[in-house]
Amino acid sequence: MKNALLLTQNGSALPRREIPGHGGDRFAEALLAALSGGWRVVSYFGVPEAASLRLYCLLSYKTHGTLGVMSTEVTGRNFPSLTPLAPQLHLFEREMAEQFDLVFDGHPWPKPVRFQRPFASPPGVLPTLPERVGVMDFYRVAGDEVHEVAVGPVHAGIIEPGHFRFQCFGEEVLHLEISLGYQHRGIEQMVLGRPCDRTLKCMETVAGDTTIGHGTAYAMVVEALSGARVPARAQAIRGIALELERLANHTGDLGAIAGDVGYLPTASFCGRIRGDFLNLSAELCGSRFGRGLLLPGGVSFDVGGELALRLRKRIAVAREEVANAVELLWDSPSVMARLEGTGAVSEKDALELGLVGPAARGSGLNRDIRRDHPFGIYSMSQLPVQTAKSGDVYARTLVRWLEIVKSLDFIEEQLAQLPGVAIQYPVGQVGGELMAVALTEGWRGEICHVALTDARGQFRRYKITDPSFHNWSGLAMALRGGQISDFPLCNKSFNLSYCGFDL
Amino acid sequence: MIKAIIARCKQGHRTTRYPKEPVLLPERFRGYPVLNGRACPADCRLCADACPLGAVTRAPELSVDLGKCIFCPECVQACPHGGISYSRDARLAANRREELVVREGEEHRLARALDAKMLSLFGRSLKFRSVVAGGCNACEADSNVLSTIGWDIGRFGIQFVASPRHADALWVTGPVTENMREALMMTYEAIPAPKLVVACGACAINGGPFQGSPEAHDGVQGMLPVDLYIPGCPPHPVTILDGLLRLLGKMA
Repeated sequence: MKNALLLTQNGSALPRREIPGHGGDRFAEALLAALSGGWRVVSYFGVPEAASLRLYCLLSYKTHGTLGVMSTEVTGRNFPSLTPLAPQLHLFEREMAEQFDLVFDGHPWPKPVRFQRPFASPPGVLPTLPERVGVMDFYRVAGDEVHEVAVGPVHAGIIEPGHFRFQCFGEEVLHLEISLGYQHRGIEQMVLGRPCDRTLKCMETVAGDTTIGHGTAYAMVVEALSGARVPARAQAIRGIALELERLANHTGDLGAIAGDVGYLPTASFCGRIRGDFLNLSAELCGSRFGRGLLLPGGVSFDVGGELALRLRKRIAVAREEVANAVELLWDSPSVMARLEGTGAVSEKDALELGLVGPAARGSGLNRDIRRDHPFGIYSMSQLPVQTAKSGDVYARTLVRWLEIVKSLDFIEEQLAQLPGVAIQYPVGQVGGELMAVALTEGWRGEICHVALTDARGQFRRYKITDPSFHNWSGLAMALRGGQISDFPLCNKSFNLSYCGFDL
Repeated sequence: MIKAIIARCKQGHRTTRYPKEPVLLPERFRGYPVLNGRACPADCRLCADACPLGAVTRAPELSVDLGKCIFCPECVQACPHGGISYSRDARLAANRREELVVREGEEHRLARALDAKMLSLFGRSLKFRSVVAGGCNACEADSNVLSTIGWDIGRFGIQFVASPRHADALWVTGPVTENMREALMMTYEAIPAPKLVVACGACAINGGPFQGSPEAHDGVQGMLPVDLYIPGCPPHPVTILDGLLRLLGKMA
């Protein structure tokens, strides 16, 4: 393994020429060996070269806090699919097939991902125009009394668009297939070139409810590429903002889950308390979603002594109110009866599909970037990782609640001891011919940004992997054998991003 | 049950009193811009150059296009002369696209009420169908929040409904991605006439951070007739509520 992978760390840049390039067979062999040796795929993507395509695979080895990267060159149109042996690669291969007109031989599920035009095509291949969005060969179950239910792209509430196709036998869901791409804004292509303020604005809106998660990853990429340092105080403020984002969304999710089982007290209270957490983010930077707070090299706004005190007071009130609202759930047998056993994803499935975030932790997988590949303030101040065993809606609900408590503790601790004075250090030129890797743990889970620069220090390729990219398949699995009427509840318990997936 | 009742007492009544009482906004909130071109040295373009989305113009006079503005701090931070700043005034909505351009010395134009006929139809009950056309879930989240107990827009007869057939108006968020264009237009067609359109957020108005993307359409401009523009990235809930109440003539 040692020779196959170039080892690196979260938030580092390395010269592109040092990244090992293997022949196709050796690459496949090394990748499969790594996976069976405890490594996990964090990102796997293509970068067009003069007359070929280079595939980069980024892997994580959590117990050592190590990342590994390797590459292979694809000169023709075909490459063997490794999905049959490693299911966690399935969507990465589909994505590359779509973005670069490749054919992954032996892929069991070769379908569009976002219905987008290819970034590039192999020499001699005319670019494949995408099918009309949503038009694809859906998996079908045949037989008497089997019926198909199609939902979306436009949904009943104020919800992002996506298409869901259920194969049902009576009420029972035999299979759910999720077809996305409606939100595709072309971010990865838009941010190519020299990174600037506009790039940051696109990153803040990759998934707008995860502004701090994606914004921090982007800032880390630029800092790694330019060798910039970040003041300790700014790191602490970034951490506070990231945990506030988690608090707002987790609280909103607990309310939404309560609402979907018809338990209105918690639904109402959490709906409001979520707003209180958003308002705390607005105290930091003026925006309820953390817009304008981050910039490479630090943060734009300081948290002075008076503001810190005010935030601590409001956090204490919010802690009491959210505990009061959520405890009602555990005390209501009718709520527990709806959450327990619904939408279960086994630990084995979660592991094979490569789930991340609360969805993975609810299925017993102990993974969290804040601990496994610590970045920024998390290198200094650890948060205990919360897991649950049952993999059902209850487990995902419980994990969120446990994380709320830990995030509240963390914020209080940070506000009490903000270090230093400076909140920004200057950022120099972005270096040429580098690859930078940044991972953060957003509220939905692992966020991965990878940038490759050309000789002039411009982005040649920017790869974003939102946690939803890993987790949509988890939702599809959760529905298997369940009731179609449980879909909204299962969906809320994952609460995945459409735009973060569609990019 | 008794625990739920105790919790209810503890949590209290928490619906905003707006518009009877103002909403307290954070100190750093960035609302309606304050322009002071007299402070600007001739040929200084620092604010305009700092704006990542071309919302700030220096000539012929200093102006900010709230349809393009995402209310980031860049222009204010770039200006050492005090020529541009944001106030905490969250009243930003307008009826016409050109009314979103704020020029120095002009009075603050607020959204106006619908005409008498439309008010008689929608003034007491206005139902929206939301279509998210590339929105990043921030405009969506702060539209959703209006239906929570904190804001309770049902009080004003406003509701988001589950079918275009039940709706009076279309609520658009996002820069209108090519992959959502057809679904957006079909939803608009499915709403019975007469109908209204609200463009909520910088993306729906002008493309926001995604203006110029080959995969999106710079918002609904040229695609749908808009009755209310609500600027912001995303708009604060009170900006949305204020715009809607003005549209329905409830802010006299």
